[in-house]
Amino acid sequence: MKIVIINYGVGNIQSIKFAIERLGFEAVLSNDWKEIKAADRVIFPGVGEASFAMEMLIDSGLDVLIPTLKQPVLGICLGMQLMCNKSEEGNTTGLGIFDVDAIKFTPKVKVPQMGWNQIYNLKSLLFKGINENEYMYLVHSFYVPNCLEAIATTNYEVEYASALQKNNFYGTQFHPEKSGDVGEQILGNFLKLKD
Amino acid sequence: MLTKRIIPCLDIKNGRTVKGVNFVDLRDAGDPVELAKIYSDEGADELVFLDISATEERRKTLVELVRKVASTINIPFTVGGGISSVLDVEILLQNGADKVSINSSAVKNPQLINDLAQKFGSQCVVVAIDAKQIDGEWIVHLMGGKIPTELNLFDWAKEVEQRGAGEILFTSMDNDGTKNGFANEALAKLSKLVNIPIIASGGAGNIQHFVDSFLVGKADAALAASVFHFKEIKIKTLKTALKSNNIEVRI
Repeated sequence: MKIVIINYGVGNIQSIKFAIERLGFEAVLSNDWKEIKAADRVIFPGVGEASFAMEMLIDSGLDVLIPTLKQPVLGICLGMQLMCNKSEEGNTTGLGIFDVDAIKFTPKVKVPQMGWNQIYNLKSLLFKGINENEYMYLVHSFYVPNCLEAIATTNYEVEYASALQKNNFYGTQFHPEKSGDVGEQILGNFLKLKD
Repeated sequence: MLTKRIIPCLDIKNGRTVKGVNFVDLRDAGDPVELAKIYSDEGADELVFLDISATEERRKTLVELVRKVASTINIPFTVGGGISSVLDVEILLQNGADKVSINSSAVKNPQLINDLAQKFGSQCVVVAIDAKQIDGEWIVHLMGGKIPTELNLFDWAKEVEQRGAGEILFTSMDNDGTKNGFANEALAKLSKLVNIPIIASGGAGNIQHFVDSFLVGKADAALAASVFHFKEIKIKTLKTALKSNNIEVRI
């Protein structure tokens, strides 16, 4: 299986590569259109600031490519938020895959949310064999409100969407590569999805 | 609910764990990767590696260590010690570190906090603050508490938040090494003052101290070294005790 982690100059992608290796697969880092198109699985990572990350995507033309991909694609953390219509962070437009906007937590809670929180209302094959209320590692200041495309929710200030799915596109707000053995199992589920 | 975090800290010198470690089941007590794996398996929520080596080779050794840790464990970890530039941070993050912790370099060059937050995001910028009381005022210190600065703990905490720090690691030098508990009064004041997570450090001696750091000190996470290294407190036992005190933890 050919797994590509999209490398567009943002974030800690080495951890995702290592997690995939622990699952017994290999992944390559690439920003090459051909290589990404030809992959069986595409992982779209991202940490950092949304408008900056979006600029990097536009610079490399990946903003055009990603929404057209046909294989399973997994956006992680900021990657998931960039797959939405837009983000309040830097007031940037997103890739428009998920029909929802990322907005900021209010100062009623500590921002960023940093640490382990539970995921529940699990709906997709991504969560095959995963129990409700497992703890995942999250670090984020902006969130995606609960919506039709939510396949998992988490509670922090409000109940929000901690994972999304639309057709072949998946997104997790949490970091499966940093969420212990259960996180690794979710990443494994993604790799084993039927096309 | 978001849980409170328990964070073991490992002091690293030339790629090896220093200070006594007392794990009977370790083949090599100095191997930070092996120790990291044990803590991770026991339920630690995060790890902090503090590099205290001072050789010219330090960066290379540290990068190798970061790669090994990142390839072995599946929980987040922070690397600190001697980080003073955007390039230092870039190399560590590229090799698998999730966060970096800066201390004296932030005091000497506060703009570094802004630069790191802008380039890598606040979520990976931890500002470590060592402070102790002088005539009743909490004063920020450098060099492990040896050198006082002009900065007041609370003013500095507010400033690092405004500059983009994602988290504050507060060590009370008055409590560090005493095993008499965390500086809960200062912690609670900090937690109220800033809206980013606070990690309590310095003074852990027993389970009740952790309970107090969360219930009285309002900390978001608690860090300790020797009580874990010497197996005086097992992470599983600690977390069970926290839960029975109605403190949300990941078990």
